[in-house]
Amino acid sequence: MGRVVLVTGVSRGLGSRFARLVSADPGVDRVIGVDVVPPRGDMGDVRFIRADIRNPVITKVIAGEEVDTVVHLSVLASPGSAGGRSSMKELNVIGTMQLLAACQKAPGLRHLVVKSSAEVYGSSSRDPAMFREDMGPKRMPRSGFAKDAIEVEGYVRGFARRRPEVSVTMLRPATLIGPTAGSPMVQYFRLPVLPTVLGFDARLQFLHESDLLDALRHATTSGVHGTFNVAGEGVLMLSQAVRRLGKPSVSLPGFAFNSVGQMLRRSRVADFPPDQQSYLTFGRGVDTRRMRDVLGFVPAYTTEAAFEDLCRELGPGLVSPERVATVEGAVAHALGSARG
Amino acid sequence: MADAEIIPLGTRGRPGRGTGSNKPSAAARSLAGGAAKRPGDARPTPKKRTAPPRPVDEPAETPGEAAVGPADERVEQPVKEAPEPTYDGLQEASAVEPDPGTAGATSGTSTRDRAPGAGIPVSDWLNAFTHASKEVFGEAWEPRLAQFLAFLRRRVTGDYAVDEYGFDREVTQRFFLAAVRPIAQKWFRVEVRGAENIPVEGGALVVSNHSGTLPVDGLMTAVSIHDHTGRHLRPLGADLVFRLPLVGEIARKGGATLACNDDAERMLSGGELVGVWPEGFKGIGKPYSERYKLQRFGRGGFVSAALRTGVPIVPCSVVGAEEIYPLVGNIPSLARLLGVPYIPITPFFPLLGPLGLVPLPSKWLIEFGEPIRTDSYDEGAADDPMLVFNVTDQVRETIQQTLYSLLMQRRSVFF
Repeated sequence: MGRVVLVTGVSRGLGSRFARLVSADPGVDRVIGVDVVPPRGDMGDVRFIRADIRNPVITKVIAGEEVDTVVHLSVLASPGSAGGRSSMKELNVIGTMQLLAACQKAPGLRHLVVKSSAEVYGSSSRDPAMFREDMGPKRMPRSGFAKDAIEVEGYVRGFARRRPEVSVTMLRPATLIGPTAGSPMVQYFRLPVLPTVLGFDARLQFLHESDLLDALRHATTSGVHGTFNVAGEGVLMLSQAVRRLGKPSVSLPGFAFNSVGQMLRRSRVADFPPDQQSYLTFGRGVDTRRMRDVLGFVPAYTTEAAFEDLCRELGPGLVSPERVATVEGAVAHALGSARG
Repeated sequence: MADAEIIPLGTRGRPGRGTGSNKPSAAARSLAGGAAKRPGDARPTPKKRTAPPRPVDEPAETPGEAAVGPADERVEQPVKEAPEPTYDGLQEASAVEPDPGTAGATSGTSTRDRAPGAGIPVSDWLNAFTHASKEVFGEAWEPRLAQFLAFLRRRVTGDYAVDEYGFDREVTQRFFLAAVRPIAQKWFRVEVRGAENIPVEGGALVVSNHSGTLPVDGLMTAVSIHDHTGRHLRPLGADLVFRLPLVGEIARKGGATLACNDDAERMLSGGELVGVWPEGFKGIGKPYSERYKLQRFGRGGFVSAALRTGVPIVPCSVVGAEEIYPLVGNIPSLARLLGVPYIPITPFFPLLGPLGLVPLPSKWLIEFGEPIRTDSYDEGAADDPMLVFNVTDQVRETIQQTLYSLLMQRRSVFF
């Protein structure tokens, strides 16, 4: 008998793609998608049940459908998609609490997969170069998605203690980018002029969206217990990323950067969560040794390749590599002819 | 070539300099060429104006870019090559205006002469540039210039790699080390001893004394190690370094990372040559009267990192750094306000302003001692506090004794 997988947050891009992907897996019998709004587009074999995970009705769904695997994907990274910060927090924290309460009551549950985020490590000047899974944040994030993710992880750990026979896989993906990803960092890179923090250059680490899907599928089917950082190989500096995009950037001192961020947020040009400033100042790196050795997953894209994919989608900027190469050729030619 | 002929003085009319009003001197008349010889002609200026552009024109056309030909366009030719369009208008005005002695025409001429780069043809610029690049890059300048251009292109398009700590090898070698090297060689005249004690490969921990108010000793040690072994020293810095704008950015690009056990062990097990200054701010910010007295070596975290990874500890003693900024005072209240460990007062610093930031040219000696092996200890050695204290003391004593012997050998502070 195959497995019955319940996926939350299925009407969002990541959730629907994951549900379709996992329904094609031979070891999976049925996939049930849950969300508050119906998904757009074709869902294939996925059965959609309209239910709010903040509501105890989810208990009946889990029990009635004999679900043995729950994949919790509706921990949202940006307030824009949830319609405001307060409803985002409600969905993230209360939704997770209710879902876990329902899971605890489900005797048939064998496996829980939760997508958290590498943002639980925060970003500060006291950070180690690479965070391992057993490290905590050096400066506790006090707001935004990072705080939600920390709270969600706390509830998941509590659940794992109370139901030791359920294997709990928690993934902490690095900054998600890709052609269809709508994460705050992708929105940032879409800005025509990129604000950066004067005197700081953040180390960035990316995960391609297709790699996140693969990692989630791998975690769902392999059932490895534990918490894992998921990120592409290598590190890209913010200045380097800006140059690769070929877009102009403006270096602003910290306080001015803050107000520009507020302006962007208010004018709804881009989701610019307050914790993004510290990320763009200090950056963050996560150690992926456990992902390779214990989880047994290797992303197809390195950080560099994932960013290149985004660059391709955004198109060449003002200072495209072709133009620079042309200028270089012209200068070399002029010097050569001057000598001859 | 009529202009070049030798003008015999005193043979054409009255000697002297002329009145300057309506009668130019004989010498001036002959200099102005044949047309100006008409006496009583009060218009020498238009001739002067048309005469100078000619020699400017000629070399501009030699590169053979275009045979622009027509004589009437000649006057405008240099204007086309020079980038300033405003200048074009001026030139035209002075060419059209027939009125001779007006100020406008004269100033037009003089502005033209004064304009930067005006009249210097492109080929001359290129020649100068090729000469300059020969000077800078040497005889094989062409491939090296091409390399440099490729380097610039890589920098502009972001096509380079950094490691996971943010270390930018290319920019460190080309700029940071190149900027520090002359200071080490010419200003401090760093003398390195025992460079053979630095392992050529594999992880190792260089432990050094810290002094000099600003961490100049770290930079000098890094450049000395690179020049003697070709390896990059990866310094471990206090979190203040990474909190400061610009300083933190440069430190990360130069290969530094935060001084914490996680990063130290990660770097050492990655086979890097890691530098650590366990005295920290207590060492670097100690008053001049306590020079060359080692402070407490932290909590011995560096020893446990070396024990866990089994890498050798290379003691490094730096003499000379204490004298670069003799710290005679401190402003603790201001330091607290700014969140830094101290605000130094040196004999020159607040007194001479930025000039006080120039370090005194003391003579430096850097000695690397024999490596202390840590791989012979058994598994749990890093968790044995007594062993860690003992090894810490051993390293500290080695450095202190080397400092004393180096001080004995040094003839004077500055030579």
